[in-house]
Amino acid sequence: MTDTEPDDEYAQRDDEEEVSFFGITFPNDGTMLLVLLLATYALYLIAGAVIGFPVRGLVNQLGQLTFWIALFAMSALALNLQWGYTGLFNIGIVGFMATGVYVTAIISKPVYGTGTSAAQVGGLGLPLSVGILGGVLAAGLLGFLAALPALRLRADYLAIVTIALSEIVRFALLSNTLSEGTVGGYTLGLGGGNGLILDFTDPLEALIRALSLPFDLVTGQEGFLWTEIYIGIIVNGISVFTPGNPKSVVDTFAYAAVLLLVLGGFYVLLRRTGNSPFGRVLKAIREDEDVTNALGKNTNQFKIKSFVVGCALMGLIGILWFGTQGSVTPNTFRPRITFYIWIALIIGGAGSNTGSVMGGAIFAAFLFQGPRYAKNVIETVLGEPSAPSSFSQAVAPILSADIVPFFLYTVDNMRQLQLVLMGVVLIVLMHRRPDGLLGHRKEIASSVPLDRPTGNKSLASDGGETDE
Amino acid sequence: MSEATGESRSEPAHVGDDEELTATRGTADVNEIPLRVRNLRKTFGGITAVDNAGFEVERGTMTGLIGPNGAGKSTTFNCITGVHTPDSGVVEFNGTDITGLEPYEVANRGLVRTFQIARELSEMTVLENMLVAPKNQRGEKLWRSVLAREDVNQQEYELVERAWETLDFFDIDHLAEEYAGNLSGGQRKLLELARALLTDPDMLLLDEPFAGVNPTLEERLLEHIHDLRDQGYTFLIVEHDMDLIMQNCSKVIVMHQGNILTEGTPDQVRNNEQVIEAYLGGEV
Ligand SMILES: Nc1ncnc2c1ncn2[C@@H]1O[C@H](COP(=O)(O)OP(=O)(O)O)[C@@H](O)[C@H]1O
Ligand SMILES: [Mg+2]
Repeated sequence: MTDTEPDDEYAQRDDEEEVSFFGITFPNDGTMLLVLLLATYALYLIAGAVIGFPVRGLVNQLGQLTFWIALFAMSALALNLQWGYTGLFNIGIVGFMATGVYVTAIISKPVYGTGTSAAQVGGLGLPLSVGILGGVLAAGLLGFLAALPALRLRADYLAIVTIALSEIVRFALLSNTLSEGTVGGYTLGLGGGNGLILDFTDPLEALIRALSLPFDLVTGQEGFLWTEIYIGIIVNGISVFTPGNPKSVVDTFAYAAVLLLVLGGFYVLLRRTGNSPFGRVLKAIREDEDVTNALGKNTNQFKIKSFVVGCALMGLIGILWFGTQGSVTPNTFRPRITFYIWIALIIGGAGSNTGSVMGGAIFAAFLFQGPRYAKNVIETVLGEPSAPSSFSQAVAPILSADIVPFFLYTVDNMRQLQLVLMGVVLIVLMHRRPDGLLGHRKEIASSVPLDRPTGNKSLASDGGETDE
Repeated sequence: MSEATGESRSEPAHVGDDEELTATRGTADVNEIPLRVRNLRKTFGGITAVDNAGFEVERGTMTGLIGPNGAGKSTTFNCITGVHTPDSGVVEFNGTDITGLEPYEVANRGLVRTFQIARELSEMTVLENMLVAPKNQRGEKLWRSVLAREDVNQQEYELVERAWETLDFFDIDHLAEEYAGNLSGGQRKLLELARALLTDPDMLLLDEPFAGVNPTLEERLLEHIHDLRDQGYTFLIVEHDMDLIMQNCSKVIVMHQGNILTEGTPDQVRNNEQVIEAYLGGEV
């Protein structure tokens, strides 16, 4: 029903403005994002092709890259609502993600004894859609509980509450007491340190089966879209080109595509939230809460809404991220993930939705997946060499001008190095480009263009004198 | 709702609550006296910032609140507008007891303040600053902003038009697309007043609106305030430039050490012995 709005709703404003990135000027943000993504994919492909990476691995890499881009872009968008718009400092993002995926698991895992035999605890056995809804609501509720006391206090208390909460969530997930128990006849639990086996329907399959309902009615075959179209035509069709097990590659791609769609949904939702009177009040709170209050806005209510919506979205991201991994363990949800998302937002520039998407994409492509890919590529090229196992073994040969061991050691420790790289990027950004790598982006918080209404005396807004 | 206790001055106790007021224009008393402050007291630890202050502001007037630094003027403002909760005392606005309400509740009743140091929303444009102000915007409901854009847009167009008109009135329309943080001190004061007006107030409390404003802009600001008063707005203005208040206000309230020293017409106040001693140190 809302599709009736003009397509050029946003085009008239910020998107019209030229943007430049490292000296290259783009006509608008959309083009820039597109060019950025294409360049990234090209870079990945070329690097892989030049080095002779097997096609299957290369394709898989691109699917994964898309997965990460979508996830980090969504995460940056959700954090942007809280921090970029409202100035709420959430450093417990990962706790809301964990809440989302764990609650989904409890709701949708099969009842004890009916699912995977390896699972120590069962779930409620409800459909995945119910589980996802439950997970999102639970994350939102946790956000509400965190916000309620903290928002009444000074701004920095929220930071303390959120980081504490995310660690409390992790310790609760680790706890032996909560790991297993019987509730109302169900054997449920958080699984303790072993985590939970996510033995519910694969989310991709569940989605396609859900979409299949109208087709099922017509064809009279249950799961038509899944069995006939997805498996029957697409997967089998692809298997002509890649022998072996093509389903996992196709799955990766299909799921990444689903995530891109969800990202689109996030973007529309947050764009509308931001470019509206609601978003305007959020921005005003970020700038000066007392003034906003003095102008008649119930600032606490706005802050709570913004925070809860952000947390619920983080819960959903948690489900989309970890729900397809087969199992979850508590120690996945360390503050490191929160740190990643903050970097993505800072790269893109807090306060801008387009910036958040680009920040997420850049982070995923170059800081998160990039180094791992590079490691992969280098190791393939060098034929899986064995790297020295300690730093001293790596450094000692440098004295005799042999830097190969050191190089191999570096590559081998890419995951650790990655964090250092992120830290460096962060520091440089803070100094050189505090508004984000892509510079300051204007996103005017209103749902309509703010040009002077025509029909009035048409004074140019060029700073000229007024006629009075 | 509100009750006049025996303490009140010669005026008769008024009746009626807010709704009744808007419906029937209330009693003559409420009509004449939008703001009434009684026995206001506020302490910070050991410091008594405001001590038993009471005064009234008549509708459609410019009333000045003066007093030396630290006299308790800003604290009085903060108690009236809900920033502080007074230790005791009553604040009535349009016949309703508003003591202890949250600032946003006070503002929504039509009593809107500006700050001693202009507080623009600096990373927002002048127009965005303006558009925050209007009350009860449809799009302030999140669901409506996401799902019912048509509805929201319709009102937004009206608000944008009003914002431009108000900027025109204050002659700052050429700054509309500028970030508020780039404005000069005086321009910020204009913006603050313009923004406050868009909330549709009955009465404006201005805390030192002329501080840090150059003489030309000060002249302009005064003209605007006089224009607005002629349109029916009520003003209570804190200022420590004595002459400015004397020349522009019909009534002057003098605070000293948390108390109301005296009040009256500029002439009465100018000739008051206590004022000359306590505040003017013998000059004038
Ligand atoms: N928040 C506060 N905490 C402690 N003391 C305060 C506070 N606000 C004001 N005061 C004290 O109250 C007294 C009155 O201050 P104020 O109302 O700002 O005076 P004025 O605005 O007339 O200059 C001063 O002594 C000031 O130091
Ligand atoms: Mg003061």
